[in-house]
Formats: sequence, C-alpha cells, structure tokens
Amino acid sequence: MSNLLQIKNIRKTFPGVVALDTISLSIARGEIHTLLGENGAGKSTLMNVLTGLYRPDRGEILLDGVSIQLNSPRDSLAMGIGMVHQHFMLVSAHTVFENILLALEGVPNFYSRRTYRQKVQKVLDAFELDLDLDSPVWKLSIGAQQWIELIKLLVRDCRLLILDEPTAVLTPQESARLFQVLTRLRDQGKSILFISHKMREVMEISDRVTVLKKGRSLVSLSRGEYDESRLASLMIGEDQIPMWIKPACKYEQLALEIKNLSARNDRGLADLDNFNMKLYRGQILGVAGVAGNGQKALAEVLTGLKEASSGRILAEGRDITNSTARSSYIAGIAHIPEDRKSIGIAPDMTVGDNLIMKNFASRAFRRWIFQDRAAIRRNASAKINEFAIKAGPDGNPVRYLSGGNIQKVIIARELSEKPAVLVALYPTRGLDIGSAEYVHKVIIDGANQGMSTILISEDLDELLKLSDQIVVMFRGRLVGCVDPQATTREEIGLLMSGEVQS
Amino acid sequence: MKLISEKRELTSRLFRISAPLISILVALFVAGFLLMAAGVNPLLAYLEIFRESLGSVYGLSETLVKTTPLIFASLGVSLAFRMQIWNIGAEGQIYMGACGATAVALFSGIENHSLMITAMFLAAFLFGGLWGGVAGVLRARWQVNEVIVTLLMNYIAILGVDYLIYGPWKDPKGFNFPLTAQFSEAARLSEYFDTRFHSGFFLALFCALLMYLFMERTVWGYEIKVIGSNPKAARYAGMRTGLAIFAVLFLSGAVAGIAGFSEVAGLQHRLQHGLSPGYGYTAIIIAWLAKRSAFGVVIVSFLMGVLLVGGDSLQLSWQLPIAFVYAFQGLILFFLLASDFFIHNRLRLIRGGQHA
Repeated sequence: MSNLLQIKNIRKTFPGVVALDTISLSIARGEIHTLLGENGAGKSTLMNVLTGLYRPDRGEILLDGVSIQLNSPRDSLAMGIGMVHQHFMLVSAHTVFENILLALEGVPNFYSRRTYRQKVQKVLDAFELDLDLDSPVWKLSIGAQQWIELIKLLVRDCRLLILDEPTAVLTPQESARLFQVLTRLRDQGKSILFISHKMREVMEISDRVTVLKKGRSLVSLSRGEYDESRLASLMIGEDQIPMWIKPACKYEQLALEIKNLSARNDRGLADLDNFNMKLYRGQILGVAGVAGNGQKALAEVLTGLKEASSGRILAEGRDITNSTARSSYIAGIAHIPEDRKSIGIAPDMTVGDNLIMKNFASRAFRRWIFQDRAAIRRNASAKINEFAIKAGPDGNPVRYLSGGNIQKVIIARELSEKPAVLVALYPTRGLDIGSAEYVHKVIIDGANQGMSTILISEDLDELLKLSDQIVVMFRGRLVGCVDPQATTREEIGLLMSGEVQS
Repeated sequence: MKLISEKRELTSRLFRISAPLISILVALFVAGFLLMAAGVNPLLAYLEIFRESLGSVYGLSETLVKTTPLIFASLGVSLAFRMQIWNIGAEGQIYMGACGATAVALFSGIENHSLMITAMFLAAFLFGGLWGGVAGVLRARWQVNEVIVTLLMNYIAILGVDYLIYGPWKDPKGFNFPLTAQFSEAARLSEYFDTRFHSGFFLALFCALLMYLFMERTVWGYEIKVIGSNPKAARYAGMRTGLAIFAVLFLSGAVAGIAGFSEVAGLQHRLQHGLSPGYGYTAIIIAWLAKRSAFGVVIVSFLMGVLLVGGDSLQLSWQLPIAFVYAFQGLILFFLLASDFFIHNRLRLIRGGQHA
C-alpha cells in the first residue's frame, strides 16, 4: 500500500498553548484511518491544519510524496482533501441538489441542470442512497443531511475524506449503513480519516488507529495490533478512571410526572406529541432517540425555555405546567444544554463570571446593587478546584477553554444549587473518555444524594451504563420503555427508528 | 505572487493598545493630502489646531465646552454597544433632551434655581429616554432593527424641534429667528472664568464615573455584559433579555438626552435651530474608539473637542470648510476599523510556484 498523505513533525502553537507538539502519521490509499485521543489531544487542530484553516508552525505535509502548502479550505479541496464537519455546512432553505451544486467547482453561470443532476444522481446510485434531490434541506433528518455532506465531497472526487464524529447524530442502524458505504469507498481506493470517541465503532471499522496524546502522535497501530483496553490505556495513559458505585433506584417518591404534554415548534409541527413520563427521586432516566425527535423540546419545556401547548407537568404532585409556581420550581431544575458553546456560556466573560450566571442575583454574590467581586472570585477558585477545571490564568475568557473544560464549567454552575432535577442533553458529546467519566460520576453522585436525572443521549453505551430505565422517543412521542439490564442495542435501535412500539 | 490575509492567533498587547493611536496618525497623514489639495500646509494647520484648542484659557474652555455634550452622548451610545445594541440615534435623543429641558425652562414658572435645574435635568432624561425607549420596545417585542429605528427617529426629533422653534415656541421678540426666548437666570448652569465653560462638564465627568460603576460593579452591568456576550445564554440563565433591551435603550437615550439639557441650560440658554452640529454622530465614533471604557469615552471626547475647536479656527485662518473636520473624523473611523482588521488578521505575501 502506498501512502496518499504523509504528515511529518507538524507543530502548531497558539498563544501560551502547544496544540500540536510533534505529529507524524501517514494515511495509505484505500484505508480507514482512525484518530483517537482525548479532548485537547489535538484532533481538531490537526483537522484544521489538513483542511487549510490553520497553518502549521513547522513540519511538512506530503501528498503523493510531494510537499504541499494548504493556505485555505479551497486549497485543501483542490488537492482532494474534504471534510464532513460535526456541524453541517448546508443552506437549509435550499434543496439537496442546490446544496450539492454549491460544492462543485467551475459550474458556469448558465449551467445545464440536467448534466449536473445526472452527475449527482450517478453518485447517489453508486451507493444506493435514497435522497430526494428536490427536497429542501431543512425537511430532512440529520442523518440524511450528513449524506449530503458526504456526497458533496464525492462529486468533487475527494481522495481523502475526513469525518469528524459522524455517528454522533445517527441511529445504530444509520451508523451501520454509513459504515457500509465507508467500507465500500475504501475498497474503491479512497482514504478515510475517521474521528470517533466510541470505542466499539473504532474497533469495528478501522484499518489503522493513530493515538494522539497531548499534541503528540503516540503510536499508529494496524488492525490486529490493538484491542479496546490497549487503546484506552494508550489514550488515557496514567490518568485514573474514577470508580463509582451505582445505586438501584427505589422508585418510591415521584419527583416529576409529565402527562399528555405537547409542544409545537416554530413551524407549527409537533415537537412533543402527547408525551407521558414519570421520574422518581434518585432515578436516572435515560432518553434515547435520534437527534431531532423532540428531546430538545422536552428539555426546553422542562426548563422553561419553551411553552407547552397542552398537557400537564406535576412536580411532587403540584401542577407546575403554566403557573407562577413553575418559574420558582424551574429555578430548581438544572439544565446541561445540548449546544454548550451557543447557549451555555457567555464566551467573552471570565470563568468566574460564567460560574455565577444562574445565581448572580443571589445574596451570596451581591451586596445591595453591587456585585461582590471577592465572593465571585472565591466561588470560582472553589469550583475550579472541585471540578478540576483547567481554567488558565485568572480572568481568562471562557472561550479559550477546551470543550471538556467548558462543559465542566457548565456542570459546576448547574449543580451548585443542589438541584432536585437535572436535565442533561448529550452531556458527554465530544468529550474525551476522562472527562466523560467525570460527568458520569457527577450524575451518579447526584443520584446517590437524591437528585433525579433525565439523561438525553445518543450514546447507547452511556445510556445502558447509567440509566435505571431507558425511554425511547420518536417524532415527539414516547415509543418505548426498556430495562437497561434486559434490553439489547438492537431493540433500542428499532424503537429509535420508529418501526416498532413496545 | 499574491497577497493573502490570514487569521492571527496572537496579537501583541502593545499593538492592540497602540492601534487606535496609529489609526489617528494615519488619518492625520491622509488628511494632510486633503489640506495640501486645499493649498494649506498640513503641519502648520495641525499646529494651529493644537494652539487654538489648548494654547490659551479661552481655547481650552471652548474645547471643554465641546467635550461636554460629546461625553454624555458617547456614554449613552457606548452603554448600548456593550449589549451589542446599536444606538445610532444619539443626535435625535440630544434634541429631545433639549426639548424637554426647554419646555420646563419656559413654561414651568419655577423660580428656585436648584429646583428648576433638577426639573430640567429630569425632563431631558425622560424625553431622551423615551426617544430611545421606543426603539427598545420595537426591538424587544417585535425584533425591529434598532439601527433603522434610532436613525430615522433622529429626523423626527430634529424636524419636530424645528417645528416648535419656527412655530409655537418662537421668541416673539426674536426678529423672526428660529429660536425660543432666552431662559431665565434660574434655568442656567453656572459659568466660570468669564468664558462659556459651564458646570455641565463636571456633571459629564460624574456621569462617566457613574457609568463605570454601573457597568463594572453592579448586578445590572453584569447582566448587560452577559446579554452582550451571548443573548441565548442569558435567556437560558433566566435573564429577561427583552426587558433589558428596553432598559438599556431607554438609559442610552436618557444619557444622550442629558447632553441636550447641558447644551440649552449651560451654553445656549434657549432652544434653537442647529442645536447640535452632529454631536450624536460623532459620539458613535467616540464610543467605538473608546472600546468599552467609560474613562476612554472621556479621553476620546476631549480629543474630538480639540479637533472641533481647532477645525473652527482653520475655518477662520484659512477659510477651510468645516466639512474638513468631518472628513477627518470619517478618516479616523475608517482607519480604526481597518486597524481592527489588522489586529485580527495579518497579510502575507505568497510567492507563486507550489500553488496557484
């Protein structure tokens, strides 16, 4: 096998941070190469170097043995390096076809629609993909939108496809389908750089795995040379995985009961449709479902960001659906939002300021109309210690922190008031194993002290590991409720796809 | 070979701080060509600007007189900027503030000096505040763009004031000039040193101090900063962003309105046509130059005062039009925006060959 891309001793520094120390790896033609590493290990930076967003301080990138310079994403695409980002780059009001057309170089101003349609259709047929080219993108599921991103790269004849955690938004069945296609692409000689945190997938699909740690490429192992525990220990190194004991929920005291709850989204479609659920004190209730099936609406109604259109929410027997009692109760609900950067933090403000965002007006941080800066600082250093947040120098704006540490800031803030209920949306999405374990520990610790958690996640392993009970959502309805001890991944997957009801 | 720009990850502190100064220097340099085109030696002209505005008690007093309304208006504008709300309507708010203060001065019949001044102040505060508040309500309730609303309301305010002074409020003894009757002694701020310098300047400094405390020390200032940094996060944290938008635009307009009060009570002693020669627009430049700091506003306002007074004298000595001063202000803002670009990006020359 000859190497398509070779990365030699790449180094990239940011002010005060060495993001990439020395990275070397090579990607062969026709291989699926997985990048594995904790958050902050340098995966995203390396991606950004390969897609031309960042320029390395040092080192060399060789394509077909020739040294290349990538100065912009345009350059990268021109060289056949394309990426499917975690956040899709699609124009949601336009049709699938128009979005794909946008990706093509050199389309004349007066183009022949038919020629290009045929070209796109040929790619679709080649992979037996069923996509309506004339449907506007916003109507499609997340999984289908991801296909568009992939097709955009394929019609451009990209030779190296980079996929950043592509399965985060897919059902197990959709993931399996994606893997089929990726395998087929590999067999056709394409090279794929795959990023994932889910060990099971890494084991399933990779031909070779490169482990990154603290900005260094530790080792590249071919299939057969690694197993799960070897990879995990390489990735985490000497860091300890915390141990915890999970108590069984006693199902005694009802914390929250949701009856026939419906909520509409901006287009008048039902986000929540006659939804019923019971949450007990100390229970961890897992909510499974493909992203976009009402999980976000559920969290938003519970935390007061969205109005319910009908139905009732009872907290310890009291009706709190749409009364003033709700706002006071909501104050006692902690919320870890899905999109931490866009709604969880005020990016330009300091860690200390972000930690008090929910209770900035409480007596603890206020003297008359003035803020108690000393108390805010004390609170910050206490939380930074307690949650092991790598916060950087004093007064560092929170946007300079890594994803995992931003998540810790949010969790520290949300749990500081000892909430009765925690609504956590994808709390470990994009976190490395160490940070994810920490989040799990916090949730379990909370459950031990009587906190009830609604854990919304796409990671079935996480749900199976933590939950006392797993409910499955499809199109805003509850379509199933399973016991994590007794269920299988397949059963949950079928429920998620809406094909069966239990 | 081609020139490309790329994102800078690191910007030196020195560069960031000196960038506004550099942009002023570059603006001076480019304006020099304008002066040369008008047949004036730029160096002599700049020397003249500083001599006239700072070189004598009279010059300094005039500079401070111009600085005063600029401080008020810029504080108002920069308060809204902190929340990412763009108040372009300080000019109209100045007129409304002046209008409110004048109504009290002419028609209240109060004779006690402090009472009269307080009432005028409050009226100006309220009028300016309501003028800004309209944009606040529209933005908070119906997401109407505040830039358009505040900008257009300038015309309403200026023409409305014109209507009053050409019509019902016109001084019957004023030989048909568009102005109101002179205020009584009770409605005038104290003046010092036999110049036009008045106590409004001290009020402006005090206002800047209050603004600093408000933004950096109070719970409300914190809320404004969070909303400015990320309105979604603020809503998620339970802050009432709609109310805050209204409150900030009200306050922003109110503080700009005080400039109107200070102008009529301290300087002009009547409401007249052309009451503000564009202080409200200059305030936008000042607020931008001063970035986020209330004290920065004071310093930059003073510099602009120097420029305005110096520009006046250029008119006298060399018959340069006052438009030169505005052109110069425009150049400063232009280079300042450019410097923002250079703070975040750098240019690199790439030699051709390895890629096109």
